[in-house]
Amino acid sequence: MRVFPMLQAVTAAIALFVTGFASAETPADFLRTFEASAKQDTAGFAGFSTQRGEAFFKSAHGREWSCAACHTQNPMAAGKHAKTNKPIAPLAPAANAERFAKPDKVEKWFKRNCNDVLGRACTPLEKGDVLSYLMSLGK
Amino acid sequence: MKISKRSIFCAFLAAGLCWAGMASADDHFYTATDPSWKSECGSCHIAYPPQLLPGSSWRALMSGLDKHFGSDASLDPQTAAGISAFLEKNAGRDRSFSRTPALRITETRWFVHEHDEVPDRAWKNPQVKSASNCTACHVDGDKGDFDEHNIRIPK
Repeated sequence: MRVFPMLQAVTAAIALFVTGFASAETPADFLRTFEASAKQDTAGFAGFSTQRGEAFFKSAHGREWSCAACHTQNPMAAGKHAKTNKPIAPLAPAANAERFAKPDKVEKWFKRNCNDVLGRACTPLEKGDVLSYLMSLGK
Repeated sequence: MKISKRSIFCAFLAAGLCWAGMASADDHFYTATDPSWKSECGSCHIAYPPQLLPGSSWRALMSGLDKHFGSDASLDPQTAAGISAFLEKNAGRDRSFSRTPALRITETRWFVHEHDEVPDRAWKNPQVKSASNCTACHVDGDKGDFDEHNIRIPK
């Protein structure tokens, strides 16, 4: 009779592993998703631009903060929160494998940070430009 | 009069319980924890112990996460509900007489009283930057340790 709980635990562990594995994505997967949205959303969309992404990342957009205010001018390095000083792990995927790996997390932080930096949601073009810039680093 | 071993034991037990009760009130060591609270609340600042605000404050705070002290800290409803339940279950008692709940821990009378010996220059030190930066001085604050013997005020 003691086999049952064991069997359940093993099944649960396998299920967790499989679902965890399925929800993991790579930065390139996110870029493809943003590209598909940009094609619909942006008139005359002609691909993402690393340079545009870098400029977007490093400048303020009519408010106090830029992306770089917390992530610094070098996304390969650790940053710190502009208000609380709490350390922030590097944002560039080459420096931190946990970045752009989980859809929930990516969505959550774009929503919050675009609101803080721009006072609105980012467009797929802006997200794709910034991600292209981040992916170009460390190569 | 005969004193039984049992009554001596009981007296020691009572004294021990009393001491333990006092210690937990004075030690400033907070142990209640929850994985979502730790990771979500702890991503921009330390996850502040639920005991530091009363339930009414946590409720007000959690209902305005999209405008969280000048930042958007919004969460999906399911995660937010789980964290709210944890905060309210472990919340501190309400020590204020105000009708509007305090949202900042640093504005509670308790906080002000506990920190009245901290010199002005310490608050203004760029390494401290903000009174919300507990771990600038409470070096193990992120582990719930706010014991007054474990404080290092940066010079």
